[in-house]
Amino acid sequence: MSTLHTVNKSPFERSNLDSCLGHVVAGDSIILIEDAVYAALSGTSVTARMADAAKQFRICVLGPDLQARGMDTGAVIDGITVVDYGGFVDLAAESRVVNAWL
Amino acid sequence: MKFAILVNEGPYNHQASDSAYQFVKAALEKGHEIFRVFFYYDGVLNATKYAEPPQDDRNVGKNWAALAESHKLDLVVCVAAGLRRGIVDDSLAPGFRISGLGQLIEAGIQADRLVAFGD
Amino acid sequence: MEEENESGVVKKFMYVNRKAPYGTIYALEVLEMVLISAAFDQDVHMAFLDDGVYEIKKGHTPKGVGMKNFSPTYRALEGYDIEKLYVEKESLEERGLTEDDLLVPVEVMSRADLAKLMSEMDVVLTA
Repeated sequence: MSTLHTVNKSPFERSNLDSCLGHVVAGDSIILIEDAVYAALSGTSVTARMADAAKQFRICVLGPDLQARGMDTGAVIDGITVVDYGGFVDLAAESRVVNAWL
Repeated sequence: MKFAILVNEGPYNHQASDSAYQFVKAALEKGHEIFRVFFYYDGVLNATKYAEPPQDDRNVGKNWAALAESHKLDLVVCVAAGLRRGIVDDSLAPGFRISGLGQLIEAGIQADRLVAFGD
Repeated sequence: MEEENESGVVKKFMYVNRKAPYGTIYALEVLEMVLISAAFDQDVHMAFLDDGVYEIKKGHTPKGVGMKNFSPTYRALEGYDIEKLYVEKESLEERGLTEDDLLVPVEVMSRADLAKLMSEMDVVLTA
């Protein structure tokens, strides 16, 4: 049984993502929404960490939030999946609990 | 599947209410049930009927009200959080109702998933 | 304050407190949620991590900032049978705090143990 963790803050400004990554357990998933989508991109200071996390957990990023911010979905780190709101709903339904890292 | 939704922030300052709205719309399109949407903290401000955003922007409260009408959603505003912020029965937009926090806990108990959106 | 819980379902609720008091209202208003869930006879857990550990620091005196001191509520939780209070060890250490700085009895646990406990919950609400 697993948890879907939602993170909505930029990793460059707030510690929500760090805190989330410190509390995920095997089998959990993470979805990056709102300002957290910046954590899903290659070429940043958090890329290596996210690429590594994506090898251990399912990590998704909300496409509409990337597009809203002018970020290229092609630049999303390998191993991180771009989903739409329907995909977000599916992830929530597949998990047992949804934990928002507010 | 039965979803309950918690909205913790008011409209416009934060994307939380917009994200919750998009999530609810997508869940309904997939045939899921929305047991209740509960508004807490500054989230109660989503329910004001006095909001008049510029015409070229979305009206967050009206969007919720329209979705509530078309899908018979239960939009509940916390009475205590509302009183603190001047949201009372007279200030409610159509589609919203005021009730106690017990409605949130009940939603947490009854729904399969409680999904929170906030700051 | 017994509320109706006709379903008889008891879920494991965890309130995750990550935010400092006074700067924002979350620490205060989440307590209302905690008390109501106890009235619904749910299995209530409270976790304090990150800046949430500051919520239960001894000696809150908000008179000078003109705000209400809500910290006595934490001491009243026991009266509502809310006794499962967990504090993350790493969060305390990062902030130079120890268990002696806290105003209520808590169980201090490691980040890894708290993560495991969190994964066993049915409803998780972060404030």
